[in-house]
Amino acid sequence: MTDHSTTLIDLTPFTADHCLKCNICTSACPVAPVTPLFPGPKTVGPQAQRLRLPGEPSPDHSIDYCSGCGICTQVCPHGVRVMEINTQAKAVMTQTHGMSPRNWFLSRNELWGRLGTPFAPLANFGVGNRWLRLIVEKTFKVSARGPLPGWAGYTFRGWWKREIKRRPRPQSAPDAQRVVYFHGCSTNTYEPHIGKLAVAVLEHIGLHVEIPPQTCCGLPAQSNGDFKAARRYARTNIESLVEYARRGIPIVGTSASCITAIKGDYQHVLGLDDEDALLVAANTYDFMEFLARLDHEGRLPRDFQPIEAELPYHAPCQLKAHGMGRPALDVLDLIPGLRCWEIDADCCGIAGTYGYKAEKREIAEAVGRPIAEQVSAAGARLVVCDTETCRWQITSLTGAKTVHPVELVALAYGLTVDRYTPPLRAGTAAHAAVGGL
Amino acid sequence: MTTTSVDVLIIGGGATGAAALYDLARRGVRALLVDQLDFTTGTSGRYHGLLHSGGRYAGRDLETARECIVENRVLRRIVPFAVEDTGGLFVATPADPADFPARWLDGCAKAGIPAEPLSAAQARAAEPALTHDITAVYRVPDGSVDSFDMIHGFVAAARDLGGDAWIYQQVTALLREGDAVVGATLRDTRSGEARTVHAACVLNATGPWAGAVAQLAGLNVSVKFDRGAMIAMNTRWVNTIVNRLRPAADGDILVPVGTVCVLGTTSVHTSAPDDYRVEAWEVSKILAEADVVVPGIRNGRALRAWAGVRPLYEPPQAGHDEAQGREVARTFSVLDHAVLDGVRGLVTVTGGKLTTCRLMAEKAADAVCAQLGISAPCSTADEALPIPAATAGRYHRLDHRLHKLEHGEMPGDLICECEMITRPQLEAAIAAYGGQPVALDDLRRDLRLGMGPCQAGFCGVRAAGILQAVRGQASAEATAALGAFVDERFRGVRPLLWGHQLRQLYLDELIYRRTLGLDRLPDEGVSQATTAAPGEEAAHG
Ligand SMILES: Cc1cc2nc3c(=O)[nH]c(=O)nc-3n(C[C@H](O)[C@H](O)[C@H](O)COP(=O)(O)OP(=O)(O)OC[C@H]3O[C@@H](n4cnc5c(N)ncnc54)[C@H](O)[C@@H]3O)c2cc1C
Ligand code: SF4
Ligand code: SF4
Repeated sequence: MTDHSTTLIDLTPFTADHCLKCNICTSACPVAPVTPLFPGPKTVGPQAQRLRLPGEPSPDHSIDYCSGCGICTQVCPHGVRVMEINTQAKAVMTQTHGMSPRNWFLSRNELWGRLGTPFAPLANFGVGNRWLRLIVEKTFKVSARGPLPGWAGYTFRGWWKREIKRRPRPQSAPDAQRVVYFHGCSTNTYEPHIGKLAVAVLEHIGLHVEIPPQTCCGLPAQSNGDFKAARRYARTNIESLVEYARRGIPIVGTSASCITAIKGDYQHVLGLDDEDALLVAANTYDFMEFLARLDHEGRLPRDFQPIEAELPYHAPCQLKAHGMGRPALDVLDLIPGLRCWEIDADCCGIAGTYGYKAEKREIAEAVGRPIAEQVSAAGARLVVCDTETCRWQITSLTGAKTVHPVELVALAYGLTVDRYTPPLRAGTAAHAAVGGL
Repeated sequence: MTTTSVDVLIIGGGATGAAALYDLARRGVRALLVDQLDFTTGTSGRYHGLLHSGGRYAGRDLETARECIVENRVLRRIVPFAVEDTGGLFVATPADPADFPARWLDGCAKAGIPAEPLSAAQARAAEPALTHDITAVYRVPDGSVDSFDMIHGFVAAARDLGGDAWIYQQVTALLREGDAVVGATLRDTRSGEARTVHAACVLNATGPWAGAVAQLAGLNVSVKFDRGAMIAMNTRWVNTIVNRLRPAADGDILVPVGTVCVLGTTSVHTSAPDDYRVEAWEVSKILAEADVVVPGIRNGRALRAWAGVRPLYEPPQAGHDEAQGREVARTFSVLDHAVLDGVRGLVTVTGGKLTTCRLMAEKAADAVCAQLGISAPCSTADEALPIPAATAGRYHRLDHRLHKLEHGEMPGDLICECEMITRPQLEAAIAAYGGQPVALDDLRRDLRLGMGPCQAGFCGVRAAGILQAVRGQASAEATAALGAFVDERFRGVRPLLWGHQLRQLYLDELIYRRTLGLDRLPDEGVSQATTAAPGEEAAHG
């Protein structure tokens, strides 16, 4: 805020002032116990913060091993924004030592998504080829085991353009019945079906969907310490979304991590605290959070067909960071027959781009092990999770198929979209598939 | 009783005494420095940490202002390892007299202090914590100086040249032969043992105690005691020294020192050289005044409060008997008692600033040498002191320890997490005491052990365990050592028991009382030697 009443004490670095050294964050951090290379959130966060000189080159190294999962910030009982402190310190470190080509590459997910689309078959062959991946690992330090998605071969935005031409939507809806959909890069180029299902669900609810221009949320650049690029992405989004926020039109997104970025990181990590940024943040919702709110207001149709299944659910760290409970579970609970239980694990280990880095792959796998163990103990072949990279990681750790909760909601509403096969079948108990698939 | 003979006995291991030891050593004079406690336990360890540019005195005391700017440059050159080149700002707000900046600038010009005008925007760009309400702001070459490193630097350099220094040796009597002082009786403040030192000349560099020590020779030196309180905030807030641009008053200065930002100070006339009270109004006043230039700071986390006593000396002939506190000039005085009182063999130096300690030592050593008939001139300003290996010749920087830790230069368990001290460092510090007694508080002064936000809540017990293991202490002895350390840390937090620090203390209390039962562990029959010496206080927090 440019308001003069805001003082340094409200800003992220100064929250270090609240630390009592209680170690609660360190015992909750999923990375610290699996590698000696990371001394833990208290050490690299509030403790090191006291010894950092603003505007000076960074003395940090070990902070590179913080995955940015944000669990420390959530558990700190005293309001220290540990993950945010760490991420800002990483940015200074990147400024000091420069950015590796690998990290630059990983921060430009949006670019690769677009560039790869026209060459999907070739590109998909590349990411699927073990030998090629090993070469890339050797030269580029991108782990050969990092779960890369395939390109869909078309973009969600392209589909939407054609779709509204095919079936023009009436433009007369009042603002109270409008909603903005933020799809994120992954839905745009790798998993357009999630966006298509999201639109179908929103329209089934009776809302008029708007999909304004948008770009990468900026989180990959942010967590790789490239704040300049992250702020550029963030600005583009804020400028495009703010007019809707001003009209009180909710902005909803199916990627819990993109939504975390818009809701919290723009302000607390990137320091974008002007009126527009705050307004957009205040009007942005996770997709399932939005459905849960509608249900709370009695606006969510309950015409669900039963899905007879018992499925493990993983709440991504990024989603936990919203501090809104588990709206996906609340909504999925409304579907008759469907029993979802939450996996008792903090983090799957991938943490955005972290688990793709060769030197961190082993850590990422160790962090995700409890998920793999519980999924395999339950014999589950389908896992529900709100964030794309987490889904890919869980699939790679467990061999189980993964879905976004919107897929189950659409299924229960009897909605489907082209070029998409639902993971389960809805309807009578005859099709029941307890334990998945 | 053992007896030692030296050319010069220097009493007082503060900045002045240590600089004098180094000065005399360079002149080839065999000197011995003694202090009743450890180095820096007097005013030099209870000061604000500011290497004055002289700007503070430009409004009213040009002599001190001039001395400061000259000595500021000298100290940067000769003890770079103890100085952090923070730079300083003088900031005027609408609350301050509008005509003052012009007067002040004039004073700076006369004293030779470069004062560069900045725009409010420039100042805020450099220090985002500053208020938006800036009416004038100037940059001056202030710095911050670690008195502990500087004093240890002087002592080490003097030792290399044949000087020596003893700690925990209190002068209890001055030996007189007719109208000459010929030495002193010392008492070991930990063991009680007495010894005699014969000296051709004694230099009384005991700051606020100068009157009491002169009294031992039956001489009257009237030192006024002026108490000032300071508060260390948990983080730096500013990385430049911030002074209020107004006539000197309470709570004018913010000094980033090490990991903390020290706010101060006050000026209270008092009657004892060791009146270290911090009164509630002082805490409120200092926080409120700092908040004017750095809004929000009063809601920040205050770590510790402490006080120091300024020795103010007015020569009787000056006729300013009524002057008190800030009105008394901050320059120093060298009293050659042979000239003043007809007593040979004794010189007293007192008053002044830490910034001018080298100059004070020079003038005092000149007087000593004159008495001894030695003509070697002072050469302390000529060259830099040998740089202690640990600092690698760099200026003091906040991020030193983090840098070393992060570059694998500090291997081993992290014992004090707040101030980043490892087990090997602690063990080395203990080993440096040889067979001498060592309290945890000594290790605090050596390493900053327990000086961070948790105030030894977490490291105290770890350090006590290491000390016990290295020294093979009995449990009762280790318990007593830990108890003394924890109590001492608590003392400095007591004036600040609200908000953050109250929560921290409650957690510390749960650790020490409820979990460890420290107050119930037996510690009877422990010799005094292992507990902290009485009356010590923190160097900067
Ligand atoms: C609140 C406050 C803030 C200050 N801020 C600053 C500042 O920011 N910058 C600055 O330049 N100056 C500052 N000063 C002034 C500065 O601290 C002092 O001028 C300086 O430290 C004095 O050093 P000294 O060596 O003369 O005295 P001291 O440091 O007091 O040393 C005297 C020593 O004599 C020892 N002693 C006393 N009696 C005996 C005895 N009988 N036998 C053996 N030893 C004995 C004591 O233990 C003590 O260690 C400040 C002072 C105060 C009080
Ligand atoms: S963000 Fe996650 S990995 Fe990083 S310190 Fe916090 S808990 Fe650990
Ligand atoms: S950051 Fe919070 S949780 Fe971590 S040690 Fe500090 S107070 Fe405890």
